Amino acid sequence: MVELQRNKERDWMKQRVMVASLCVLIVFIMLFLRLVYLQLIKGEEYRRLSETNCVRLKSIKPSRGLIFDRYGELLVDNRPAFDLVIVLEDAGSVPDTISFLSSLIDEPYVDLMEQIQKAGVGAVYKPIILKKDISRDQLAIVEAHKFDLPGIYVEIEPTRHYIHPKTAAHLLGYLGEVNKKELESGHFPLLRAGDQIGRYGVEKSFESYLQGRRGGRQVEVDANGRVVQVLKTVDPEPGNDLHLTLDLPLQQLAQDLLKGRDGAVVALDPSNGDVLVMVSSPAFDQNDFIGGISNNKWRALMENPGRPMINKAIQGEYPPASTYKILTAIAGLEEKQIDSRTTTFCPGFYTFRGRRYHCWRKHGHGRLNVVEAISQSCDVFFYLAGEKIGVDALAQYARGCGLGRPTGIDLDHERQGLIPTSAWKRERFNEAWYPGETLSISIGQGFNLVTPLQMAVFTAAVANGGTLFRPRVVSTVKDVHGQVVADLEPEIIGGIPAGQITLDLVSKGMVDVVQGDRGTARSIRIKQIQMAGKTGTAQVFSRKTGEKFDSENQVRTLQDHAWFVCYAPAQNPVIALSVIIEHGEHGSSAAAPVAGTLVKKYLGLLEPEQTADAAPEG
Amino acid sequence: MMFDRRLLEHFDWGLLLMVLLISFCGLIVLYSAVMAGWQGHGLHSLFERQLIWMGGGFVVMTGVLFFDFRHLNKLNLVIYGVCAGLLIGVLFFGQSGGGSQRWLSLGGISIQPSELMKIALIISLASIYAATVSPEGLSFRQLLKPAVICLIPVGLIVNQPDLGTGLMLLLIAGSITVFVKVEKKVLLILAGLSGCIVPVVWFFGLKAYQKARILTFLDPDRDPLGTGYHIIQSKIAIGSGMITGKGFLQGTQNALAFLPEQHTDFILSVLAEEWGLVGCAVLLVLYFLLISWGLNIAYNCRNMFGSILAFGITSMIFWQIFINIGMVMGLMPVVGMPLPLVSYGGSSVITNMVGFGILLNISMRRFYTG
Repeated sequence: MVELQRNKERDWMKQRVMVASLCVLIVFIMLFLRLVYLQLIKGEEYRRLSETNCVRLKSIKPSRGLIFDRYGELLVDNRPAFDLVIVLEDAGSVPDTISFLSSLIDEPYVDLMEQIQKAGVGAVYKPIILKKDISRDQLAIVEAHKFDLPGIYVEIEPTRHYIHPKTAAHLLGYLGEVNKKELESGHFPLLRAGDQIGRYGVEKSFESYLQGRRGGRQVEVDANGRVVQVLKTVDPEPGNDLHLTLDLPLQQLAQDLLKGRDGAVVALDPSNGDVLVMVSSPAFDQNDFIGGISNNKWRALMENPGRPMINKAIQGEYPPASTYKILTAIAGLEEKQIDSRTTTFCPGFYTFRGRRYHCWRKHGHGRLNVVEAISQSCDVFFYLAGEKIGVDALAQYARGCGLGRPTGIDLDHERQGLIPTSAWKRERFNEAWYPGETLSISIGQGFNLVTPLQMAVFTAAVANGGTLFRPRVVSTVKDVHGQVVADLEPEIIGGIPAGQITLDLVSKGMVDVVQGDRGTARSIRIKQIQMAGKTGTAQVFSRKTGEKFDSENQVRTLQDHAWFVCYAPAQNPVIALSVIIEHGEHGSSAAAPVAGTLVKKYLGLLEPEQTADAAPEG
Repeated sequence: MMFDRRLLEHFDWGLLLMVLLISFCGLIVLYSAVMAGWQGHGLHSLFERQLIWMGGGFVVMTGVLFFDFRHLNKLNLVIYGVCAGLLIGVLFFGQSGGGSQRWLSLGGISIQPSELMKIALIISLASIYAATVSPEGLSFRQLLKPAVICLIPVGLIVNQPDLGTGLMLLLIAGSITVFVKVEKKVLLILAGLSGCIVPVVWFFGLKAYQKARILTFLDPDRDPLGTGYHIIQSKIAIGSGMITGKGFLQGTQNALAFLPEQHTDFILSVLAEEWGLVGCAVLLVLYFLLISWGLNIAYNCRNMFGSILAFGITSMIFWQIFINIGMVMGLMPVVGMPLPLVSYGGSSVITNMVGFGILLNISMRRFYTG
């Protein structure tokens, strides 16, 4: 019985194994026939192809996305650049060819050879770039002698072109060659050595949209490396276009106004946080970075005392000075430490614990309420208010208003500023907070640091009834056919922690800064519309209270920074600005006129001749 | 345990000889692949490493001989559990390489659990089928357990993502299942079912880029700058070898490094270029003998578990050969699949050597029953 079972099982197994063997045999015969086909029937053809090594890949770079301003004005596009390359396999005697080339185009022999050496022992059929972006003259000479220059080719590369050099340089940014480490990191699977990627500004933040996708061709080339036929082509996908919120004419005017001065201007649309203007002066020319910036130009940028490589609008951290009084007023009103009826008598100083804290106006402001204190920028009023509020409550309101933290703008390297608290000081200096320091910070001096962008966002929020928007740089991304790829909606990041009554009082004070007869920025007043603003003069060098320097003898770098924040029109604001002029001395004389001119331009009220005289303020 | 003299008498010298011959051929081709155009002194480090892996492989293979293969039947769940555990470990602690996460580092050695899983799955399936097999074929219910056993590791491996190895597991499991016979109606239902599911998944379950990836996988010409370029260079290399080849170390496609994977997946193109149709035919014959030998071991084994196990191991070797050679010659989609005993790669060498060890083990204990 067992034997029978076993035999049956053996027969069954035999049958299964036979079938399997048959399948295997068929497969192997098939593989062998394929070998015969490739090696016998097509063998001659493939042998010929292998001897000339003639099937090559040529890559086609995608064209990078364009950048437009808010009105569809082109800011950045691509132009063709002519790169000189060599393919060693086709070049014959490399030193002979290179020395002839070097005499033709007047480039040092060693520089050209260095490029070949740098390329290393890669495959000999790959083009090596000898010189990027040659001039039209050089191109003409090379083309004329192309039969005497075996292995030398001209490749056309789309190259970035910044149409308005130095315009919004910090915002737009620039490109740089991708480095080996980045290629190996795997973050850029589509890139190859030699490709450009955004290194700064919008070019960097929106790299993934702008980049596009590389294409290529499989080509057959002849013995001289010239393309005989194109076998297959994959078209490159161009990058997507960015539509910025930037207002080009306003930006250019702002740059002109800051010409020769160090500083920053930010203008926002208070209704959605759109960045209309972002100037950091001095600027750099983005076109210099194409194909690698020269050492001399780089050194000049680095050694410039105006620090052109810093975007002062987001990286510059300054004491907010009197512009901070807006915040102190909000905190005082909300904390019920002051109200609309509270008045203070300013004799020109405030004595606190045996020490005199001076008002910028030596003879004092007399008796004033919160609205008058803002418009005349009285220090004594805010010393008293700040003392009652306390440092930590003040810091809480500052943070609530978006100060001391990044605004979240889509640009790298944004600084967050500094809003001190007693806990911060203990941690930082291992020291208790002195009440006298509270007086300093309540008028925006001391440890406080803010960026011009933060002040612009804060001012825009005061203007729009309390909403803090994330500053928006790009509104839409569109593909090459004009189809919308991404809509970047305005984004609310918080609200001023204050009620409407408080904001109305503060706004009234800010309107009086410009419109009031004793306002610190009354010089920029115009008849058509009302503006609201606040001046500020940030001490760079800590002066002894009450001591006055002789401006004439003062070194420039010790001069104060001039601030002005404003919005207009006061009743229905469409623009909010923050202006800082480094070492501009007075907010009212240096910064306010810049803001005033920009407001007039934006509202279409600018007349050809505009002059502004200003009274100094503290 | 006393050493059984019969074991030595029954030792399968033929299979061992075959493995040695193929390994030898493999080393010659690998030498060409890595030494052509090599500027350094002495042996290329890849070649040295492969020698070490080969040596290690033979040690492992010998080690596998010293226990009765029937123990694997009892231990199948333990082996499967450990391998599945390692695969889950990869999910959390694995190291990435080439865009996917498949390596696990244990005490300084990197292992690829998906390779070990091949053997574990074969053992488990052999164990299940040995108990359920019948001349009428398996019913739908009997297939449930094997299906679960198979799909868990496949899911984990495809997730890594390692499409090639995942596909390999499915092919091995499918071959074993068909080999032990499935009821005709079950086979028809399964075929019909997958015929319905595939279009549904294709049109509703996949995103455009996933479809593009699969289409490129099926048709490399869709990607003429990537895999399509590899295939055309591979075909040029193979075809240019013609009948007798260009000679040892004389391959031009090889020396100029036109193929990025010439020492691993595309190594056959090196053999074909330098040794021509003659060299390829020799290797194909050796492989065919190896596969037949494995099937013969399955047939001769008196133990159902041993038979199915031998068949499973043989099918694993077969599919690697078929897919790799088919791919290199432009007959198959391009997946990462090494050529057994020829391609460079430690995991592949060790896994295959364990497989040959099991085959030798079954062969020398073929008269054991029960």
